[in-house]
Amino acid sequence: MNVSGFDLVFYGAASFSMVTTAVAITRSNPVYGLLNFVLSLLGMAVVFYTLGAPFAAALEVIVYAGAIMVLFLFVVMMLKLDRTTVAREASWITSAIWIVPILLGAMLGGELVDVLLQKTGPGSAHQVISPQAVGLRLFTTDLGAVELASMLLLAGLIGAYHLGRPSSEGD
Amino acid sequence: MVDLSWQVPTALASVLFIIGLLGLLARRSLVFVLMSIEIMLNAVALLFVTAGMRWGSPDGQIMFIFVINLAGAEIALGLILLLRLRTRLTTLDSDAANLLRDVQV
Repeated sequence: MNVSGFDLVFYGAASFSMVTTAVAITRSNPVYGLLNFVLSLLGMAVVFYTLGAPFAAALEVIVYAGAIMVLFLFVVMMLKLDRTTVAREASWITSAIWIVPILLGAMLGGELVDVLLQKTGPGSAHQVISPQAVGLRLFTTDLGAVELASMLLLAGLIGAYHLGRPSSEGD
Repeated sequence: MVDLSWQVPTALASVLFIIGLLGLLARRSLVFVLMSIEIMLNAVALLFVTAGMRWGSPDGQIMFIFVINLAGAEIALGLILLLRLRTRLTTLDSDAANLLRDVQV
């Protein structure tokens, strides 16, 4: 297997994403965890670009890192987490709590390795899929799915509005 | 454009999904639980884009758009429930919300 420069970019971004994600779920301060996850999403955007999906890479930065995670960060800052909360959070992260999750994760990982080692079908198509191709397909043949997605967003909007209303009990 | 077989990005998606699963199972703070769900959704989105690369079809990126859509709707509702729980229970511990009735404050 000959390794080109683009492959090195892929492997670099992939290992960056894995490391920052692992750091993100082990922090005791939620803000540090979220910032590490945003870094991981930026690494994922590079992975998408090297996989020939430039539109997905742009959406990952603009929508995922830029809108969703920033909303998350604002809410965490509204929660007014103080030092005692972070210290209690740190006391919950012991090495014992990771044992059972790691066992379950290893079982799932073993099955996935088994799937990945099967050699079936031809290799990859290896072509860049342009945003134009995505948009053409999205707004012609998949138009019904777009309408369903907009219904989902409307349901989310109404649900968030209803739950976010100050209630008459005053809580 | 990389010259990789589809197994490599799929392995990356599997690793990220398992990291998210570990966080979901091990952490008690609801902020980290929501973040772990986001990590797992993002790993699945990478799997769709990889499948799009494998078949040379735009469908993978279309499913990526729908996954982002789902993540946006899910995180809006999840965060508003988090805020409600914080005002009611004054904690973010997921074990504190184990009663299916009103709390006596």
